[in-house]
Amino acid sequence: MEPVVRLVDVERVYRLGEVELKALAGVSLEVPHGQLVAIVGASGSGKSTLMNVIGCLDRPTAGRYFLDGKDVSTLGRAQLAGVRNRTLGFVFQSFNLLARTSAVENVELPLVYGGLGGKERRRRATEALVQVGLGDRLDHQPTQLSGGQQQRVAIARALVNRPRVLLADEPTGALDSKTSVEVMTLLVGLVATGITVILVTHSHEVAQVAQRVLTMRDGKIIADQLQQPRSPGEVAA
Amino acid sequence: MNPLEILRVAIRALLRNTLRSFLTALGIIIGVAAVIAMVAIGEGAKAQVEAQFAAMGTNLLIVMPGSAMAGGARGGFGSQPTLTYDDLRAIQTEVPSVALAAPVLRMQAQLMSEDQNWSTTVQGSTPDYLAIRSWRVLRGVTLTDSDIDSGAKVMLLGQTAAEKLFGPSADPIGQLVRVRNVPFQVVGLLERKGQSPMGQDYDDTAIVPQSTFRARLAPSLGNFIGGNIFVSVKEQAETGKAQQQVTALLRDRHRIGRGGDDDFSIRNMAEVASAQQEGAQTLSTLLASIAAVSLLVGGIGIMNIMLVSVTERTREIGIRMAVGASPGAILAQFLAESLVLALLGGLVGVALGTFTASQLSVQFGWVLKLRPDVIALASGFSALVGVGFGLYPALKASRLDPIAALRFD
Repeated sequence: MEPVVRLVDVERVYRLGEVELKALAGVSLEVPHGQLVAIVGASGSGKSTLMNVIGCLDRPTAGRYFLDGKDVSTLGRAQLAGVRNRTLGFVFQSFNLLARTSAVENVELPLVYGGLGGKERRRRATEALVQVGLGDRLDHQPTQLSGGQQQRVAIARALVNRPRVLLADEPTGALDSKTSVEVMTLLVGLVATGITVILVTHSHEVAQVAQRVLTMRDGKIIADQLQQPRSPGEVAA
Repeated sequence: MNPLEILRVAIRALLRNTLRSFLTALGIIIGVAAVIAMVAIGEGAKAQVEAQFAAMGTNLLIVMPGSAMAGGARGGFGSQPTLTYDDLRAIQTEVPSVALAAPVLRMQAQLMSEDQNWSTTVQGSTPDYLAIRSWRVLRGVTLTDSDIDSGAKVMLLGQTAAEKLFGPSADPIGQLVRVRNVPFQVVGLLERKGQSPMGQDYDDTAIVPQSTFRARLAPSLGNFIGGNIFVSVKEQAETGKAQQQVTALLRDRHRIGRGGDDDFSIRNMAEVASAQQEGAQTLSTLLASIAAVSLLVGGIGIMNIMLVSVTERTREIGIRMAVGASPGAILAQFLAESLVLALLGGLVGVALGTFTASQLSVQFGWVLKLRPDVIALASGFSALVGVGFGLYPALKASRLDPIAALRFD
């Protein structure tokens, strides 16, 4: 079966005046459908750049990237926006919810850009919030929610358009250990529903929940290990 | 995203910062209101000038006698009677473009009714004068040719003079008024004429037959006319031509050779009127352009706020892009915001401008002259300002790099 994510010799070079900075120096990677992958590495190792490229927020300067079998490395900005909307979901360390906007409206956002009508949008957003256990917080604004709840709203938002791949960048970085477990349990649970989850973290503990760990250094994958995943509860303990 | 959806998102974003949105729109509100009110004021002033000249008569020539010369000191026009009653008859009969001509003799005199007195301008003239000025008698009868021939002691009163002599609502017809101890019988009350373009009250006057005026009131000048000749021209377009013809006729009659100065002068009221109207038009244009500048400033206000807004909401833009907003969708959203601001501002501005114009017209006693084309133009321009000045901030927003935008604090 075609892997969901396939990178072939991907490079991402930043030009800072005269200096060239190779954030990704030839990365090749295949992620099969339904896998939970953790990308670990120190800051500056290129793991964020890799996630941005996989998330279609950034384009490789060399190499090819096939997402769900389709070459997306040559697409324009507007087309990439469409790909992000239909195929990808994002969860960020700082939640990135729209302020002064209710939970359900935050979750609706991808559907707005997907061109879905108001009623259907509300129905699906509500469904997604129920799925993450926030069915009773639909009309709460981000400031009225705890960190863990905000992150769950963000996960609902990432899920609402039924993405193929969910990208999580340090999803527990801003949470205490108890809510971290809740959020991680939720993400692990998603894999069971057939979503591929790619987790970026600097923490080796968090990475233990993954089936596969990619270690990065200097813009390259230096280790690619399959492992027996541990449950989030065990990891925290 | 359909347009309705874009509009909804834009309005929500504006409502999130109500005070700021209002202040931004205020620039447009004031601009549009100023344009509408200023144009209305200009138009009102123009209409006022036009009305004043209509009261005066625009197909009117006033022939004034020339200057006296005493030992090298030249008096002004009118200081020496040079026009004769023969000149008047010649103008009446020999110039084809002239409709009517009448002598107008004037003096300041004290009028006395039974229990009041009032100093006013007494004019001696003929029935033609009233026809030239298209001045009708409201009550009673007008002067007749037989009044002139017989030198009858009859008088027409203007509204102001009648009020001063007999009280506001009294009927002066049949009453006696003495001028220099000569008793005149009031036979007619003139309709209200209003103000001259120079602000003089036309209605503060009494008109008597010119023959009576010459025989009883003024010192005799023989065949010379102790005043002006009012001439009405058949077609308003011919006033210039008539002026030349009358000038040629009088120069010929007064035997003024080539190169000699006229011993009379002719004032063409159509020229004066158009000059005044031009002045009013200039004022109108000036006011409108100042107002248009304020509309422009309002537009710059929108641009300023939208730029601030884009910077402030960089992270929001990043989030929207991450979940699938295309650059076009971001562009549309910010354009819609500035457009809504400008259009709402324009709408309120139209209302405010119309209100202000109506208040001002009451204040100045002018007719309310709202120009629908100006209202449409001002609203259209405010929309244009919204799009025009919103475009750059919206483009800036749409060109943001999603990664940098998401990381922005």
